[in-house]
Amino acid sequence: MKILVNGAWRETQRDELAGALEELGYGGSVVSTAVNGEFIAAALRARTTLADGDRVEVLAPMQGG
Amino acid sequence: MLKLYEQTTRSRLMLGTARYPSPAVLGDAVRAARAEVVTVSLRRESAGERAGQAFWSLVRELGVRVLPNTAGCHAVKEAVTTAHMAREVFGTTWIKLEVIGEDDTLQPDVFGLVDAARILCAEGFEVFPYTTEDLVVAERLLAAGCRVLMPWGAPIGSGRGLNNLFGLTALRAHFADVPLIIDAGLGVPSHAARALELGFDAVLVNTAVAQARDPVQMAAAFAQAVEAGLAARQAGPIEPRDLATPSTPLIGTAFRG
Repeated sequence: MKILVNGAWRETQRDELAGALEELGYGGSVVSTAVNGEFIAAALRARTTLADGDRVEVLAPMQGG
Repeated sequence: MLKLYEQTTRSRLMLGTARYPSPAVLGDAVRAARAEVVTVSLRRESAGERAGQAFWSLVRELGVRVLPNTAGCHAVKEAVTTAHMAREVFGTTWIKLEVIGEDDTLQPDVFGLVDAARILCAEGFEVFPYTTEDLVVAERLLAAGCRVLMPWGAPIGSGRGLNNLFGLTALRAHFADVPLIIDAGLGVPSHAARALELGFDAVLVNTAVAQARDPVQMAAAFAQAVEAGLAARQAGPIEPRDLATPSTPLIGTAFRG
């Protein structure tokens, strides 16, 4: 399945958000996620099913003013 | 002490964390500023670089309170979703709400700002809205549930200081009991001192410190400026006058009469 992760197309074998994040190398990271513009809380990632073409945002703490 | 929602802070200088030459300089600047609150943001994380993880470790080591922002958001939904994501990552209900309406000046979209503030306040966020000095917008933000306002001094990063002194003074006078924090546009410590002298409760500075030749020294200078400005405000400044009044008593002046 192909999903758009932070603006780049990525291939994943997992169809739930938590598994896809793990597969893509985000395991153990402090991140927050959204799918198709909707916030997905960490507790819901394992239950959030992905579909081909979904837009996934993976955000982390960054410098800001 | 300054009370912001249910939290108190001694420092009247908040510091942004962006655009420093290095993480080490950022850390030294926060300490030199004696800042108790720093602003942070959220950006896309690369699984390979994990830059966000290193930054978050640094901020936690500083032991300061974080005020996450929604910088870069141009729409209400973007800002609200970013606020949700920030609350989870940073573990705080504080949010510095920015809804940008114009790219050249980074002027707030005050209509979107009020809409987003209403949504987030209803959800339990403690919203710090980045706004203009407009009194009507301020009224709407307070009606939406905001209990702190962050009016701009000048466009973000411009270093121009307090652009609309009359408007800002009116805002301060009109909302005497609302914590007002000047956010954006300050360039030198005298701008910060002026803000405190006018009765503003605090200032938030980023570019002026981060892009100074010596950010750590500039952070210390801003810290001294806000302390001086606050002390002056508390001491009760004299009113400006159009004509001179002699400071030396005239009674007993030699060669008169």
